[in-house]
Amino acid sequence: MSAVQEPPAPGRTPTPEPVEESRWHGIFREITTGNAIISVLAVVIALAVGAVMIAFTNEDVQESAGYFFSRPTDLLSAVWQAVSGAYSALFQGSIYNFRRDTFADGIRPLTETLTYATPLIAAGLGVALGFRVGLFNIGGRGQMLIAATLGGWVAFALELPAGIHMVAALVAGVAGGALWGGLVGLLKARTGAHEVITTIMLNYIAFYLVSYLLRDGFLKTPGSNNPQSPASKPNSVFFDLLGPGYNLHFGFILVIAATVFTWWLLGRSSLGFKFRAVGENPNAAKVAGISVQRMYVYAMLFSGGLVGLAGINQVIGTTTSGFGAGIDSGIGFDAITVALLGRSKPWGVFAAGILFGAFKAGSFSMQAAEGVPIDIVLVVQSLIVLFIAAPPLVRAIFRLPTPGAPRRKPVPNVTQEVVAK
Amino acid sequence: MSTIAPVNQPTQPHDPDNGPATTVIKSWKAPIVLGVFTVLGFLLLVVFGRSGVSTMSLSTSSDLIQLPDVLLPTRETGIVVTVLLAAITGVSVWMVQSSRKVPIWLYSVFAFLLLLGFLAWASADERIPVPGLLFGSLSLAVPLIFGALGGVISERVGVVNVAIEGQLLAGAFTSAVVASVTQQPLLGLLAAMIAGVLVSFVLAAFSIKYFVDQVIVGVVLNVLVTGLTGFLFSQLLAPNKALLNQPPKFERINIPLLSEIPIVGPVFFRQTLIVYIMYIAVAAVYFGIFHTKWGLRLRAVGEHPQAADTVGINVTGTRFWNVSLAGAVAGLGGAYFTLGSVGAFGKEMTAGAGFIALAAVIFGRWDPIRATLAALLFGFASNLQNVLSIIGSPVPSEFMLMLPYLVTIFAVAGLVGTSRGPAASGKPYIKS
Repeated sequence: MSAVQEPPAPGRTPTPEPVEESRWHGIFREITTGNAIISVLAVVIALAVGAVMIAFTNEDVQESAGYFFSRPTDLLSAVWQAVSGAYSALFQGSIYNFRRDTFADGIRPLTETLTYATPLIAAGLGVALGFRVGLFNIGGRGQMLIAATLGGWVAFALELPAGIHMVAALVAGVAGGALWGGLVGLLKARTGAHEVITTIMLNYIAFYLVSYLLRDGFLKTPGSNNPQSPASKPNSVFFDLLGPGYNLHFGFILVIAATVFTWWLLGRSSLGFKFRAVGENPNAAKVAGISVQRMYVYAMLFSGGLVGLAGINQVIGTTTSGFGAGIDSGIGFDAITVALLGRSKPWGVFAAGILFGAFKAGSFSMQAAEGVPIDIVLVVQSLIVLFIAAPPLVRAIFRLPTPGAPRRKPVPNVTQEVVAK
Repeated sequence: MSTIAPVNQPTQPHDPDNGPATTVIKSWKAPIVLGVFTVLGFLLLVVFGRSGVSTMSLSTSSDLIQLPDVLLPTRETGIVVTVLLAAITGVSVWMVQSSRKVPIWLYSVFAFLLLLGFLAWASADERIPVPGLLFGSLSLAVPLIFGALGGVISERVGVVNVAIEGQLLAGAFTSAVVASVTQQPLLGLLAAMIAGVLVSFVLAAFSIKYFVDQVIVGVVLNVLVTGLTGFLFSQLLAPNKALLNQPPKFERINIPLLSEIPIVGPVFFRQTLIVYIMYIAVAAVYFGIFHTKWGLRLRAVGEHPQAADTVGINVTGTRFWNVSLAGAVAGLGGAYFTLGSVGAFGKEMTAGAGFIALAAVIFGRWDPIRATLAALLFGFASNLQNVLSIIGSPVPSEFMLMLPYLVTIFAVAGLVGTSRGPAASGKPYIKS
């Protein structure tokens, strides 16, 4: 979301006091009141809450809490063991593994992070684009499934030369997502049907459609009873970026390109200007001669196409051995949180996607090494978004000064789209 | 986000995008939708008609008054139904042409006929237990209805409630744990309400005090509750199943006399306590919102908070407490999963019911009765699939499962159209 009403950066606001501030004081204020510090502190609080949850449910901790008054240090060391073990596993699973001998092996977790981040960023961009036009696209799941269906079919059924096959599958996938998303835009533009209803309904329709196609339709693997599609042909698969030892594939480059494209579309193109105008205030946009209806259709086409990129990325990038009806693996919903954390700005979404990708990659090693359920990552992620959305709360917790001059009224941290409606 | 700007109303006379069809104010949407369904009905019931006899049993074996089975010749029923559908479509065309409004009962008759025809078609040479079909529909709809009521209260007071899913899940989890530990399902019910309120507190605090976008808080709360319950389930409930996750279920209570009414009795009056609470809740929310001082204030705050503030209503307080109330209602729906139907908590056991409830709120145009009917429709459609898969339906089960969602899209696009929610829903109120 655009979050334009962020409190004005303190460096730029003229301070009301006539006395010139000292330079160091100004820098100190900038650091303690800026957006970056809020984001960092939000992550800190969320990790702290996660640590409390890990500690409370750890068996050693519970045991030593039983004799806390006779030997309190046991409890403390048990808590430390549980929390540090879990978080170092998270770090080693997502960024760098110190236990490996060579740098090439140690850095593998980071490449895993980027691999997990790839579909999150793509789908997050789609959802964010929708937010900027005032549309809430919860239909990521359906759009990804249709993208996987069309793109996956091209990938496993056709015989095309290398390169062309990959591009064909990619185009089919993006088109599939755009089709499923555009349908929502068309329904909204033509009949006024609320996009929240239609996207949710289309999620289910896509799920059952794909389930049927996998069981008895053109996605069925001949001679197999598993509801799974055949494997994608080698020609159609995204090539590895760092050689066969790593999972990171060409999809990541595509996602960078998609981020640049979305940034250009929203920030530099005339269509993007119209998008944002509709998002800020549809009434004003209409008065200014922008066809609001048409913008809804276009926006959902782009939004669905970007989510479709995430879908095809799963089929010809991550899981090339054939897919089932759960190929979206919740990315369509995760994308909403990614878009929110990135404040609906393309590069913000990119960064948020990488952060969530790191959590995803690390959570598996955390579960394997320390037995901490993956679900803790959901808690930490949601808390981060929640705290970042409420800077006054973070400031209150850490007793940071409020930015700028003494303010008369609080500034709403709400999106323009919502205000406009 | 819950409101749509009036710009999108397709019936606006001078809209360059919608072509010449909308240059007249008459809306042809209803006849078009009815026509599409009539054609579909014709294809299914007549062109692909099946021969045989469809049996519909209207009584269960335990009923005092036994009704005879209804026997319908499948093909003839299909033809009759199609003719009637075509007639209704014709009537609606005539009504729109003479600038009349197509009455809602006509749609109901149309839907009933279509359904009858479909049931007869699907059950050729088979037996459909009508009371069982309806009973199951109501059971599946109960959590949706509670969730939708929570959504209606919250949105009417001006706070978009996307967190219904989270409230349901929190209610399900807490009621399972509390009821297992205490062996008292009633305490579980109470705990579910408290859990729903706690989720609501977060929603209210962040959206009312910190002015965070309500949709953001709602979405994030769903993730938070999913993660929290999933984490606690894996860490605590799964290893200690006997102690923490074996709640006693509510017993069915047969209401004397009422439970012996044919068809109606077995469906509505042989249910568990939660379902009876649901009847009361629907009536109470409807009466409360439209016929009491509380409801008037609630709607005033949701439609025009500034005006409400001017006449001395405490906007922030009204919003805060009513959002909490909404959480309590939705929490009850969560308890139904663990104490009413399944009997134990499972990870993500609500499986998107909260989102369906949200759709029911919008489908029902923010009205408690209509939202309840929408929720019942979803419940009916899901259960229809269950029943048909037992008798062996000729349609692939996936398409049956898809049907309710498809119907919703058609209904929202064709009949409901632009839905306008409470004007101030989704906007924080900043007192100046």
